Amino acid sequence: MIKNIDANIKGYVHTLETFGLVDGPGVRFVVFLSGCRMRCKFCHNPDTWSIAGKEWTAGDLFRHVRKYKSYWKNNGGITVSGGEPLLQMDFVTEFFSIAKAENIHTTLDTAGEPFRRDPEYLRRFNRLMSVTDLIMLDLKEMNPILHKELTGVDNSNILDMAEYLSDNGKKLWIRHVLVPGLTDDEADLTEMHKFISGLKTVEKVEVLPYHTLGIAKWKDLNIPYPLEGVPVPTDEQIERANILLHTNEY
Amino acid sequence: MNNANIEAWEGFEGRIWREEVNTRDFIQKNYRPYDGDEAFLAGPTEATKKLWNIVQELQKEERAKGGVLDMETKVVSGLTAYGPGYISDDKDLEKVVGLQTDKPLKRAFMPFGGIKMAEQACETYGYTPDPQLHRIFNEYVTTHNQGVFDAYTPEMKKVRHNRIITGLPDTYGRGRIVGDYRRVALYGIDYLIQEKKKDFANCGDGTMTDEVIRLREEIAKQIKALNGMKEMASQYGYDISGPAKNAREAVQWLYFGYLAAIKTQNGAAMSVGRVSTFLDIYIQRDLDRGTLTEEEAQELIDHFVMKCRIVKFARIPSYNQLFSGDPVWATLEVAGTGCDGRSMVTKNDFRFLHTLENMGPSPEPNLTVLYSSSLPVNFKKYASKISINTSSVQYENDDVMKPVWGDDYSICCCVSATQTGKEMQFFGARANLAKCLLYALNGGVDAKTREQVGPAYRKITSEYLDYIEVIERYEDMMDWLAGLYVNALNLIHYMHDKYYYEAAEMALIDTDVRRTFATGIAGFSHVVDSLSAIKYAKVKAIRDDDGICVDFATEGDFPRYGNDDDRADDIAVWLLKTFLEKVKKHHTYRNSEPTTSILTITSNVVYGKATGNMPDGRRAGAPLAPGANPSYGAEQNGLLASLNSVAKLPYHWALDGISNTQTISPDALGHQEQERIDNLVQVMDGYFDQGAHHLNVNVFGTEKLIDAMEHPEKEEYANFTIRVSGYAVKFIDLTKEQQLDVIARTCHKTM
Repeated sequence: MIKNIDANIKGYVHTLETFGLVDGPGVRFVVFLSGCRMRCKFCHNPDTWSIAGKEWTAGDLFRHVRKYKSYWKNNGGITVSGGEPLLQMDFVTEFFSIAKAENIHTTLDTAGEPFRRDPEYLRRFNRLMSVTDLIMLDLKEMNPILHKELTGVDNSNILDMAEYLSDNGKKLWIRHVLVPGLTDDEADLTEMHKFISGLKTVEKVEVLPYHTLGIAKWKDLNIPYPLEGVPVPTDEQIERANILLHTNEY
Repeated sequence: MNNANIEAWEGFEGRIWREEVNTRDFIQKNYRPYDGDEAFLAGPTEATKKLWNIVQELQKEERAKGGVLDMETKVVSGLTAYGPGYISDDKDLEKVVGLQTDKPLKRAFMPFGGIKMAEQACETYGYTPDPQLHRIFNEYVTTHNQGVFDAYTPEMKKVRHNRIITGLPDTYGRGRIVGDYRRVALYGIDYLIQEKKKDFANCGDGTMTDEVIRLREEIAKQIKALNGMKEMASQYGYDISGPAKNAREAVQWLYFGYLAAIKTQNGAAMSVGRVSTFLDIYIQRDLDRGTLTEEEAQELIDHFVMKCRIVKFARIPSYNQLFSGDPVWATLEVAGTGCDGRSMVTKNDFRFLHTLENMGPSPEPNLTVLYSSSLPVNFKKYASKISINTSSVQYENDDVMKPVWGDDYSICCCVSATQTGKEMQFFGARANLAKCLLYALNGGVDAKTREQVGPAYRKITSEYLDYIEVIERYEDMMDWLAGLYVNALNLIHYMHDKYYYEAAEMALIDTDVRRTFATGIAGFSHVVDSLSAIKYAKVKAIRDDDGICVDFATEGDFPRYGNDDDRADDIAVWLLKTFLEKVKKHHTYRNSEPTTSILTITSNVVYGKATGNMPDGRRAGAPLAPGANPSYGAEQNGLLASLNSVAKLPYHWALDGISNTQTISPDALGHQEQERIDNLVQVMDGYFDQGAHHLNVNVFGTEKLIDAMEHPEKEEYANFTIRVSGYAVKFIDLTKEQQLDVIARTCHKTM
């Protein structure tokens, strides 16, 4: 529990979704923060890349979110997603602190890109972790070269974050977006399974099939869509990835 | 107490119900709550499969013939008019017998609501009614419809014609009266006659006031109807003068009671009522005695439900536009909780839901779960599973209804409650408050017909609409509308009592009946959003050469109902309360208690056609949002924000019901079946715990609707059922226009 909560700290919110049922355990209120430095080719929310949108204080946002408490009971709560929520880490920390004071389940949906080991960063990060019940971590790709090509950034600190959380006993859900021809290489998925099985706190591994619902947003933003013509995975491909990642063992 | 009763009631507990007609007391003293899961349920028997196949073939034929399989053209419907009828030539297959006419799906000739409509219904489907009937019902008999139109004022005809009040029960039976059909099973007809005779003897002190004379005549009609029921049953080889002795008889006796209602009345809603827990008592007794197996118990319920699925009435095209897809609202409730806090879920509540698995999805009976988050979790999960698989169930909040109606109420139409056997309702369609707002701006002139329909109050002439001024004029116009509306209904129900009295249903209700007077609101969300636009944005009125406001230019953003934004939702609460207060000012027929509803059925399409452009951006002619639903496209914050907005409307100001219909894409509910089931339970717990009244749950994606519209011939769509405002309907039976309307509604997906 954190004392001296700063409820007036401000954050940039992209959108709010009152009814998230696939964003953590149970019924979730999902806060999508804006801002992300990754440029994933399969991103379905490119409109969240830049830090913009409505400014909320942590206190106001919580007062708004609390109206949905009756739907959560003992199986649900708040998920902060993005964008990359770690870019507004202090805001999330204050927001979650208020929620934890009312015993509400908190989930952070992150890709881990901003994570660093420097002491000042870790101090702030640990503070956030102390009020976070569950981390949903996206692992995009194991192969570092492919990762860079696919997302524009390196994956070493992302994997490092997974290990750090595992070492510190934080519950993890690992998610992997399956794009045919891009993130479904057998050797890479096997490697990913090896990495995940080395983590001690993983509760769930999920394959998220790539979908094309985000294309319209790229068009709206006048950004050429890099995956033009890439099909969504077939049921067989999804099944194969589930087997390679041993998802049913979690 | 005679010997027959002693035998029939053996093993039952309790005293009061033995000494007076009191079904509720019988239920409370004898039912056995069940909190286990669905594992005990049995599949369909061979007989069920055979019968249901026959029915499905007939339904196919019916659809191929344009919606009607066969019609009676010579004999007027009555309790014994057509003799016995069976689904199958092999009569022994049917564990529960009785049809409205001599053949399944054949529609009876029912002229008492109005001969013109009965004739028109025949002619629409290529049948010619006997000319003799035309003569009788025009020259010798006054129908309900005739009575109403003889007495209507010119102003009433004008509002009707201009469609600011639409769907009034002046051309069809008003329905919404639920007889306590369980009484037939528990007591047998003879005891019920004996009690009615006592009432007759005690009616009045000898001074013949209008009320006393009317009531004496009504009781006499009820006694005749009870005798008629006995005769009707004897045509099928049953003697229902005494109480039912076992489960099969209990289901059969009860069904005969209901059959009497649907043979004599073609009301817009012909509810079955809260029969599930009651019947479980008989089934459980037979199971305990070893005289019935679970397969046989399920078969009884399957066959009873099959009968409810094939109730049909002859309707005219204008009726079908209001209530699309041939609904009859054979509404039937399961679950609920007792005043003592015990759950009223029995095994039979599972059996009724299970009919949707044994015989597939179906719009009828209109299965309604009386919901409370305190119901046994196994039952909540089973209901959720059935909803996800069939989209055929509606939910109503027992926690808000029980304090008002007790623990033995039935749903008498789509969503509104009445105490079973104690109350009746005067159904009143709905007033178009969206159109009323436009009248307020235009000084009572209808922009579409250019008639001076409302009173010629001052128009609003400013370029930009001022909130305070608009509210003032709107309240005046609503005052006028509420008064005219209530009085039209007073007149309609007077005539219905006089010329089309529901003797069979009223015979199964206490003589000293309480009456509610159910008005209704259409266009709710559009008024709220329009007023919000006027208050929070700038709305410029666009007027034509005659100075009539025909369109609006809205500058800036404004909060909309459906986003859990108090600025808009407060207007919604204000609108509901204000309208009800205006209704309450007026005398209501037979001192009934005025209520209102926010419920449109599929009439939102017809009402929309008659409504011009609105300040919220809704275009002229477009369908209104159904019931209490937010407007199409208004919901920007997901399902729960929308639910929260609707949940703010206080039920006690809309005791006739607040209907909310939501569609959720299966993927948005969760990845796995168990997850989806649990999540839906949680959504309903959260919604109803806030005091919300009603929820229609649909689980499918828009793609399925589009495919079903384009390929109605596909086998998988033959029974594809969806919930619309207040009832369920087979999607392919909707008009194209209404299919498009359903598709346009918000489907909640993941982001």
